[in-house]
Amino acid sequence: MNNLNLEMCSTLDRAAVGEVLAVVRVEAPAQLPEWQRWLDEIGFSAGEQVRLMAKAVPGGDPLVVRVGQSTFALRCAEAACVSVVPIDRFALSMPVQSEQPILKGNVA
Amino acid sequence: MNQAVVHLVPGGPLMALVGNPNCGKTALFNLLTGSRQKVANYAGVTVERKEGRFVTPSGKSVRVLDLPGAYSLYPSSPDERVTCDVLMGQSAGEKRPDLVVCVVDAANLRRSLRLALAIKRLGLPCIVALNMADLAEKRGFRIEPDALAAELGMPVVSTVAVQKDGIASLLAKLDSPSVWKAAVPPKTGGVQADGQGDHAAVRSILQKLDLDEIIPHTVSDRIDRFTLHPVLGPFLLATLLFLVFQAVFSWAEAPMGWIEDAFAGLGELAGSHLADGWVKSLLVDGIIAGAGAVLVFLPQILILFFFILVLEESGYLPRAAFLLDRLMGSVGLSGRSFIPLLSGFACAIPGIMATRTIGHPRDRLVTILIVPLMTCSARLPVYALLIGAFIPQREVLGMFQLQGLVLFALYLAGIFGGMLKAWLLKRFTAVGRLLRPLMMELPVYHLPTVRNVAIGLWQRAKVFVQRVGGIILISTVLIWFLSSYPAAPENADKPAIEYSFAGQIGKAISPVFEPIGFNWQISAALIPTMAAREAVISSLGTVYSLSAEADDEEAAERVLKDHLIGSWSLATALAMLAWFVFAPHCFATLGAVKRETGGWKVPLIMAGYLFGLAYLAAFLTYRLAVLLGAG
Repeated sequence: MNNLNLEMCSTLDRAAVGEVLAVVRVEAPAQLPEWQRWLDEIGFSAGEQVRLMAKAVPGGDPLVVRVGQSTFALRCAEAACVSVVPIDRFALSMPVQSEQPILKGNVA
Repeated sequence: MNQAVVHLVPGGPLMALVGNPNCGKTALFNLLTGSRQKVANYAGVTVERKEGRFVTPSGKSVRVLDLPGAYSLYPSSPDERVTCDVLMGQSAGEKRPDLVVCVVDAANLRRSLRLALAIKRLGLPCIVALNMADLAEKRGFRIEPDALAAELGMPVVSTVAVQKDGIASLLAKLDSPSVWKAAVPPKTGGVQADGQGDHAAVRSILQKLDLDEIIPHTVSDRIDRFTLHPVLGPFLLATLLFLVFQAVFSWAEAPMGWIEDAFAGLGELAGSHLADGWVKSLLVDGIIAGAGAVLVFLPQILILFFFILVLEESGYLPRAAFLLDRLMGSVGLSGRSFIPLLSGFACAIPGIMATRTIGHPRDRLVTILIVPLMTCSARLPVYALLIGAFIPQREVLGMFQLQGLVLFALYLAGIFGGMLKAWLLKRFTAVGRLLRPLMMELPVYHLPTVRNVAIGLWQRAKVFVQRVGGIILISTVLIWFLSSYPAAPENADKPAIEYSFAGQIGKAISPVFEPIGFNWQISAALIPTMAAREAVISSLGTVYSLSAEADDEEAAERVLKDHLIGSWSLATALAMLAWFVFAPHCFATLGAVKRETGGWKVPLIMAGYLFGLAYLAAFLTYRLAVLLGAG
C-alpha cells in the first residue's frame, strides 16, 4: 500500500456518518494485540467496504458500523484501530486491487 | 464449579451445529428437534449446552448438539472456546462429533464461509447449510448449492429455518452414507491455514459465482433510522423498557395470586383430610407451601423471558444494548446488563436468569452480584408495614409526602449501592480496569416466530423448576422444621416459636444483632424470612403471638403495626428498613445464582457481602438515629 497517499488516510472513529470507505489496514493497540484478529474475524480486512451508520447519543460513543454485509456496534477505541480511505480514493490508488467489492444499489 | 453434565442416552451418531452468531442456527436446531431438547451447562463453565435428538426420513436416530455461535476457531470468549474444544475433540466429557453442519447466513457468505473453510480443515465430515436462503434470494443473492459445493469441496444444502419444511433437503442429505464419511483432505496449496488465506479464498469463490456484491439492507436500515435515531431511539427504548418493567411488575400479579390461592387451598384441603401431627404440618407448611413458593415465580419469569426472547429474536436487544452502552459503561458494565437489572426491581430471580444474554463472563458475574440490590417487589410489603407504622404522614416542603420520600430513598439506596459496587469492581480489580471490547453484531431485523419463542419459554420454565425449584423446596422445608421444632410444651405460656430452633437461634444470635437495634424477636423472625422476605410480616406476628387475634390479613397487619409502634423505637424501625435494602433475604435468589454460576462459590460470596453491607447500613442508621434522639 505504498502508493496510497497517507494524507487521505483516517481512522473509522473519525469518519463522517454515511460516507463509504475502504479499510486500508487494522492496527490493534500494543497492549491489546488480540483485537487485530477479532476485528479481522468480523470482517475488517484490507479492501473491505465500510461505512459509519450512526453514533450513540450522548457522547458519540459507541458507533454503528457497516462492514461488508454485516452491521456491528464498536466503541470509538475499537474503530480507531481501523484505518480507512474514501472508497473512490482506494480504487484510484490501488489499481491492482481487482478484489475490490463491486458496489451495487444506492449506497450513499 | 462442578456442574452436572446431562447426557442423553449416548448412542447413535452425534451431529454438531456450528455457525456465526445470528446465523439462525438455534432456529434450525429448534426445527430439527422440536421440544426434544436437554439444556444444561458444559462441564466447568457457565456456557449453556443444548442437546436434542431427531429422526431422519429413513429412520436413523441422530443426536444433535447446538454449539455456541463462533466467528472463528480462534476463541475470544468462553462460548467460542467450548465450540473449538468440542470440534477438536478436546472437551471434557464430550464426544467428538461424527458430523458437523456448518450453518451459514446465505446473505452474509463473505464472513460465514471463512468459518466453513476452517472447519473443513479439521478433517471432520461437514455439510454446509445455506440458511435463510429465501431472504438472500429476495435481496438478490441467487446461490446455486451445487456450484458452491463444487467450489468448497463440501456438500451444500439450502435451508429455511423459519419454515416447517425448510430442512427437508438437509434431512435427505443426512440419509446419504457418504456425508458421514471423513472429508477429503484439503488440496495442498489450495486453502491456506490462516485467516487471511481463507479471506482471499472466500473472495475468489464468491467472485467466481458472481456473489461478490454488497447489497444494502434497505428494510433493516429504515427501521434503524428510527430505533437508533438520536432522539426517537432513546425515547422508543425508554417506552419499551417501561412496558417490560410494568408487565413483569403488574401483569404477573394476578397469576401469582392464583398460584398462591391454589396452593393455600390445596394446603387446606390436605390439612382437612389429615390428622393433626407432624405429617400434616410437614405436608401443608413444608412441602405444599414450598412447591407454591417455587411455582409463584413462574409468571414473572415467563413474562420477562417472553419480552427478552421477542426482543432478542427480532434483533432489537443488541440495539438496546448499544443505546445503553455509555450509561452502563460508566460503572464498568455493558448495555447488556440493563435489562437484568431492571427486572431485578420486580424480582431478582428472573433478573439473574436474564444475565445469560450478557456475553462477557466478568460482566455477567458483576451483574449477578448487584441484581439483588435492586428493590424487588417482595420487599414492598415489609417497607409498607414499617413506613406505615413509624414514618408520620406529613408533607415536606409543601409538595412531598414524607412516607413516599422514605420509600423513594430506600429504592435509591439500593440502586446507589449496586452502582457503587460495580464501580468499585471496575476501579479496583485488574479485570475490571481491562478494556473489554464491544464488537457486537447488530443483526438484520426478523419477525420472531411463535415456535422459537415458545420453545425458549418452555426451556426457561423447565430449567427454573428443575434447577432452582429443588433448592427453594428444600429451604422451605428446612425453615418449616426450624420454626416448628421442638414443639411447645403442653402448658406453654409463651408463643410456640420461642421453644423452637428458630427461637433458640434467634436468642443465640441476638447479641450479634443488638448493636444494630434488633431484639431477639426480630432475630428469630429473620430466620423464616430467609425463605421469602414478605414472610417477615407473618413471622413477626408469630413471635409477638398476635396471630390468634386476627382473621384476615389486613386486620393482622393492623394489629401488628399497632404492636410494633408500642414495642420498637424509631431507630430500630429505621435500622430494619436499612437492613432490608441490602440483606440477602431469599434462598431462591441464592439458588438461582448457584444455577447460573454453576457452583456454590458465588452465592456464598454474595450472601457474605450482602450480610456485611446490610449490617453496616443498619448499624450506621441505628447509631445515627439514636444520636439524634430516636432511640
